[in-house]
Amino acid sequence: MLENTNVKTLDKVVVRFSGDSGDGMQLAGNIFTNVSAGLGNQVSTFPDYPAEIRAPQGSLGGVSGFQVSVGTGVHTPGDSCDVLLAMNAAALKQNHRFLKPGGVIIVDIDSFRESDLKKANYSTDRPFEELGIKAQILEVPVTTLTKAALAESGLDNKSVLKCRNIFALGLVCWLFDRPLEAALHHLHGKFAKKPAVYEANAKVLQAGYDYGHNIHASVSTYRIETEDPKPGIYTDINGNTATAWGLIMASEKCGRPLFLGSYPITPATDILHELAKRKDLGVKACQMEDEIAGVCSAIGASFAGNLAVTSTSGPGLALKSEGIGLAVMAELPLVVIDVQRGGPSTGLPTKTEQTDLMQALYGRNGESPVAVVAPATPTDCFNMAFEACRIAVEHMTPVILLTDAFIGNGSQAWRIPEADEFPAINTPDVPAELLADGSWRPYMRRENLGRYWPQGGTEGATHRLGGLEKDAVSGAISNNPENHEKMVMLRREKIARIAQDIPELEIHGNADADTLLVGWGGTYGHLRSAVEELNAAGHAVALAHFRYINPLPANTFDVLRRYKRVIVAELNTGMFADYLQCRIPEKRIDRINKIQGQPFSTGELVERTLKLMED
Amino acid sequence: MENCINTYTPADYKSDQAVRWCPGCGDHAILNTLHKAMATLGVAPHMTAVISGIGCSSRLPYYMNTYGFHTIHGRAAAIATGYKVANPEMTVWQISGDGDGLAIGGNHFIHAVRRNIDINIVLFNNKIYGLTKGQYSPTSDRGFVSKSSPYGTVEDPFIPAELVFGARGNFFARSIDVELATSQEVLVAAARHKGTSVVEILQNCVIFNNGIHNAITDREIRAERTILLRHGEKMLFGKNKEKGLVRDGFLLKAVTVGEDGYTMDDVLVHDAHTPSNFLHQQLAMMDGLGELPLALGVIRDVAAPTYDEGVSMQVEEVRAKKGFDTLRDMILAGDTWEVK
Repeated sequence: MLENTNVKTLDKVVVRFSGDSGDGMQLAGNIFTNVSAGLGNQVSTFPDYPAEIRAPQGSLGGVSGFQVSVGTGVHTPGDSCDVLLAMNAAALKQNHRFLKPGGVIIVDIDSFRESDLKKANYSTDRPFEELGIKAQILEVPVTTLTKAALAESGLDNKSVLKCRNIFALGLVCWLFDRPLEAALHHLHGKFAKKPAVYEANAKVLQAGYDYGHNIHASVSTYRIETEDPKPGIYTDINGNTATAWGLIMASEKCGRPLFLGSYPITPATDILHELAKRKDLGVKACQMEDEIAGVCSAIGASFAGNLAVTSTSGPGLALKSEGIGLAVMAELPLVVIDVQRGGPSTGLPTKTEQTDLMQALYGRNGESPVAVVAPATPTDCFNMAFEACRIAVEHMTPVILLTDAFIGNGSQAWRIPEADEFPAINTPDVPAELLADGSWRPYMRRENLGRYWPQGGTEGATHRLGGLEKDAVSGAISNNPENHEKMVMLRREKIARIAQDIPELEIHGNADADTLLVGWGGTYGHLRSAVEELNAAGHAVALAHFRYINPLPANTFDVLRRYKRVIVAELNTGMFADYLQCRIPEKRIDRINKIQGQPFSTGELVERTLKLMED
Repeated sequence: MENCINTYTPADYKSDQAVRWCPGCGDHAILNTLHKAMATLGVAPHMTAVISGIGCSSRLPYYMNTYGFHTIHGRAAAIATGYKVANPEMTVWQISGDGDGLAIGGNHFIHAVRRNIDINIVLFNNKIYGLTKGQYSPTSDRGFVSKSSPYGTVEDPFIPAELVFGARGNFFARSIDVELATSQEVLVAAARHKGTSVVEILQNCVIFNNGIHNAITDREIRAERTILLRHGEKMLFGKNKEKGLVRDGFLLKAVTVGEDGYTMDDVLVHDAHTPSNFLHQQLAMMDGLGELPLALGVIRDVAAPTYDEGVSMQVEEVRAKKGFDTLRDMILAGDTWEVK
């Protein structure tokens, strides 16, 4: 069951610039403030100067800070920050406590050398660990990059180093989409009489901005809030971490080790990062040579008996198609995670979209049905990653988990579940009696039509799998025409029967309304907020939100038939609407679509729903 | 492994499937030597996995009574890598051809070798695409005429050994389909080597490229055109082992022992275990068409850390240092708060 959640576009963001008093933090902070004010934001600032005027460079006493809150409803500079910029080790030590849960730290990693750590009284050579920092850290070689940008400027080393702050400013401007023209204008005012210095700063400002662009740096400016939270222990989590943890929970519940074969791609890479860290829980995460090797190594691991997963985004899913087809044919469990981003091709790597639905459902050669599920919120990524694994293992099939950049990067408070809140996964080991009497055959099926899943090394269960069509029972290669059709229908029916094993579709909002708003996947928070708003304003609207896409929940079409008006809202040109429409041709399905690389806003959903209701 | 008692016979590794390669195909001989090599190794069939891509050679897993996976074109190295990491107890073989392994699967091939994952890659090299009925392959010689190169190719081939050394490989051996004893010997050595082993077997396609290796493999001239290298033994060849390889500046030279002032002392002794691959490369690159014979046997066999052990050991190390029993323990050790 989905929690009652609410998406908030952060109406204000707090950024804290910190560094040595000579690092120009006040200037960088002031320019960011002025640029934001120029965009119509309210601003409130808090310069935090060191007590000592001439504390030694790099020491704790010499740290200078500048905190600014920008946005709407800004009355104070904020108690804590969303983004902390620390230009050296001392600044990090002094300021990391100001970071909000889920916030991001940017450090100049060039200022974390042994001597820097010593000056800032660190006792180990692992500063982040020593400070107990668990937040996301963006390690940027600010000094190196600034020097490189100004290699041919003719400025002396000292003057070059003075531009580091503006490089950092450029990066912050990228993160919050601030136009550089305005920042340049302020720099020009500051350095009007020193054209060479202005030129240098202008250059590094652009370099910092471009760096953010090139590494696909992003911070989420949305927050999904859980209303009326249940008692329990909470932590802050983003969707990609929740996905990774859901897989680990599934591994615990099915008793098979977790294997990830992956290749870095925005915005899915954080899943690889998290699972690479989780060697402390025995996870084997392998960064392979390409997307194809990512899925193929996972298929190999699945045949060997591990719970196997590959993670990617849209372009990577395209590359994995043939591999997924092999897993369909071999009927091996496999979880494929697609954190959707704007497409086609390289598209909008850091932006969100729901445009991979058709690719997930149909993007393979031949009749190759797979299960598709889509989490609704960042924390739901945990549940649905678990579900994807459960379905894959129990039904012996590839499952595609469709998340997106919005919920993948978006964060939410999450109640840490007790282990018994999740069901055991029934791993289909070959029953001992079938092995003992030699009657087991590789393509023997259980009631749900799934095969058994012997681990490599099991005596009496040696068998051969492959991409060629199989005899329906023995699994030997078969070219028999009737057998092929039978196998096509069996693989199809196997996926269809998953519908008996998933929850029915729930209705939120006013169930008795005439109008049903329909969504799927990561748009839930905005849709839920819009439906609450509409009902509060006296417009009766119900909401059906799909997390199980293939197969659809068993009651889907009964639900759709109950409403006079059905409106599907999604971040593509109407893929889910088409998918439903061809299954219920008699029903008119209206659509709300947006393809801008941005999530819906609650306001536009309310407005567009009302407009359709008037027709 | 040296001490294990061989309780298995070649027949224990044979499946009940009828072998469907063309009569006279070199693959039959390789299959039989593989069965024998496995019996010699004595690893149980259920502890063995044979993984292949697509092509004539890649049908081989169906003929094995082991775990087997006939996968998709070019990807066997990646699939075998995942298999071995997931289940390191298994002995993993990858069966591949020159098209499957070096064209569509070239990327996976070099990265498997670079990572040094403990799998045994058997590369059937017949310099042709057989299953698709006769197109040139990445090992076909320049000018080779085929259905897809009716006027001859205008590109140079890969030499598999060179690719293995370029990818920093630590085991390379070569045999010929008809050299049964040599094939068996190198397959056993490949399996005993920890890390990626590449065994190139020159194989004859009777239908689409019959006789492609004849200039070297013809019974009449084979002894003159090839040399069987064994670690610790003199590099001798010829019908009566009358010829040997000697150093000639930075290069190798074939001489007749007792002629031109060359004695047995001048003949090089093969050291397959030396870390430098300088001489190994020179040996592997001899083509058997000029003065220098084509090298067979284990050319390079050097111990190095393997990827699968690296992954397992790192998991153990991290767990010993700061491991958690459950996901919940790990999460609770992080930043949390309580809602009452």
